[in-house]
Amino acid sequence: MLRFTFRRLLQIIPVLWIIITATFFMIRFVPGGPFTAEKAVTPEILRNLEAHYGLNKPLHQQYFDYMGSLMRGDLGPSFKYPNRTVNEIIGDKLPTSLELGFISLAVALTIGITLGTLAAVKRNSWLDYVCSSTAMIGICVPTFVLGPLLVLTFAIRFQWLNASGWYGPSDRILPCLTLGCVYAAYIARLTRGGMLEVLNQDYIRTARAKGASEARVVFKHALRGGLLPVVSFLGPGIAGILTGSFVIETIFQIPGLGREFVNSAFNRDYTLVLGTVILYASLIVILNLVVDVVQIWLNPKLKFE
Amino acid sequence: MSPTTLPSAVVTPEQIETGNSLWYDAWSRLRKNRLAVGGGATLLVLALLCAFGPFFAQSYQDQNLDLGAAGPSAAHWLGTDTLGRDLFSRILFGGRISIMVGLVATFVALAIGVTYGAVAGFFGGKIDAVMMRIVDIMYALPFTIFVILLMVFFGRNIFLLFFAIGAVEWLTMARIVRGQIISIKKMEYIEAARALGLGNRRIIFRHMIPNILGPIIVYTTLTIPAVMLLEAFLSFLGLGVQPPMSSWGVLIKDGAEKMEEFWWLLVFPGGVFSLTLFSLNFLGDGLRDALDVRSSKD
Repeated sequence: MLRFTFRRLLQIIPVLWIIITATFFMIRFVPGGPFTAEKAVTPEILRNLEAHYGLNKPLHQQYFDYMGSLMRGDLGPSFKYPNRTVNEIIGDKLPTSLELGFISLAVALTIGITLGTLAAVKRNSWLDYVCSSTAMIGICVPTFVLGPLLVLTFAIRFQWLNASGWYGPSDRILPCLTLGCVYAAYIARLTRGGMLEVLNQDYIRTARAKGASEARVVFKHALRGGLLPVVSFLGPGIAGILTGSFVIETIFQIPGLGREFVNSAFNRDYTLVLGTVILYASLIVILNLVVDVVQIWLNPKLKFE
Repeated sequence: MSPTTLPSAVVTPEQIETGNSLWYDAWSRLRKNRLAVGGGATLLVLALLCAFGPFFAQSYQDQNLDLGAAGPSAAHWLGTDTLGRDLFSRILFGGRISIMVGLVATFVALAIGVTYGAVAGFFGGKIDAVMMRIVDIMYALPFTIFVILLMVFFGRNIFLLFFAIGAVEWLTMARIVRGQIISIKKMEYIEAARALGLGNRRIIFRHMIPNILGPIIVYTTLTIPAVMLLEAFLSFLGLGVQPPMSSWGVLIKDGAEKMEEFWWLLVFPGGVFSLTLFSLNFLGDGLRDALDVRSSKD
């Protein structure tokens, strides 16, 4: 187990290096620089600006400089927000995105596992059909349709909630519900499938034979095995929630890192784009590792594969 | 001796034992699945409408500025947008692009995934280990972010869009094909093909891939909605299809911006898009059951 974790940790390094290098050079080969979008600056000012940010050095020099400061945890200055560093901007915006992501994940897990378990336990009843078709709707109505529809209904028509913003606790409801719903649907399907498989196994029959109550059988015995597919889905799921927040933050005008990333790409704010990509990539790669380790911990059979 | 009449060698059609082919079996199973048939029929109608509808409907460019954005009426079934353009026609025209992106990008993903998976599975050993390790690593990468970067930096070109989306969605296909190839690699007919002296390429593409078409078809049907979703996602962020062309993602984006006053601009494009995804998913699930493919998803 420890060896496995260690080996996977070592693998992360080349993966992240490839991502950073690829993004770095991709950005530089793009037509148009960070200072071309604004009103034309004189060549002299442009030269000064480039000298200030080190853009006049040869490309490989810039690359080594960047990697050097990255090692020290410094993501450099932003090109578009004068006097602000990328570290500051990320420190500013990331907590909001993380909050959005974690609440949405919690929503997805709660709704998904509940619906999926209900559907599996009451297999082929009307409850199963209701749960399964709700899940199908959740999968087929994308966030960028669901979000505006929820706003239309609850914010504009009934005026119960705010259409946008991120101030009070009630402002969390619509965005997190929108983002969580899709994943709740996937989780419900996976839970149902996993539970159905587990509920047919011998050890469940043993538990029943011992006289354990139905609730105990389901929650204590079946759920642990039944949730395995959900755990393996969490890796891609978390990645999806992180990138899905780009759209959610745009719809609900939430000042998070996702919206900042899309804007920075449009603005060609090289350092900010690089910094955000590195951050997201590391988050996703590390969370995938955690998911893999948890999976093996839950299901020792996998260790031998 | 009078010549005895031998039983005729000619067999009437009724006497032939007709074996049911895999495809016939699958078809009859699929036909019984009402959701899948409904999904398939809906898709067919939508595709025909998008393909031929625009020839009959008002042009999506016809503007009626006096009308502005008007709700659904007899003249404009689904209403008009703020420039007085008929929404129904716009949805049909947008559908052409959305469906085209869905098909072409899926084809790109299909071509890459099948070739990659087949090569890995066929050669096995070290080659397989290295190739699948690469796939594992790529699975962990935040590809959506890369597609966004690509679209922002290299112009929002629709061909780039096809390629970028296709290049993202091939991984699962490669895994599925590899597994299938490994499972049939040791069969006698492959041995026979080898004994006939056929080259590797011919064995893979003429003898192996036709035998694993079932899973490939199923997974292709399930890739199309994923691809269309990604296209709409990008278009919603303003990174996909650009005006004057429109896709369902673009229409949804427009609709979401104006929904406070003109709800139909959001509801109808969103509804059609969701309906398409629904149908594709039901059809895919139905095909999976009909062809009896063990799914990797649930």
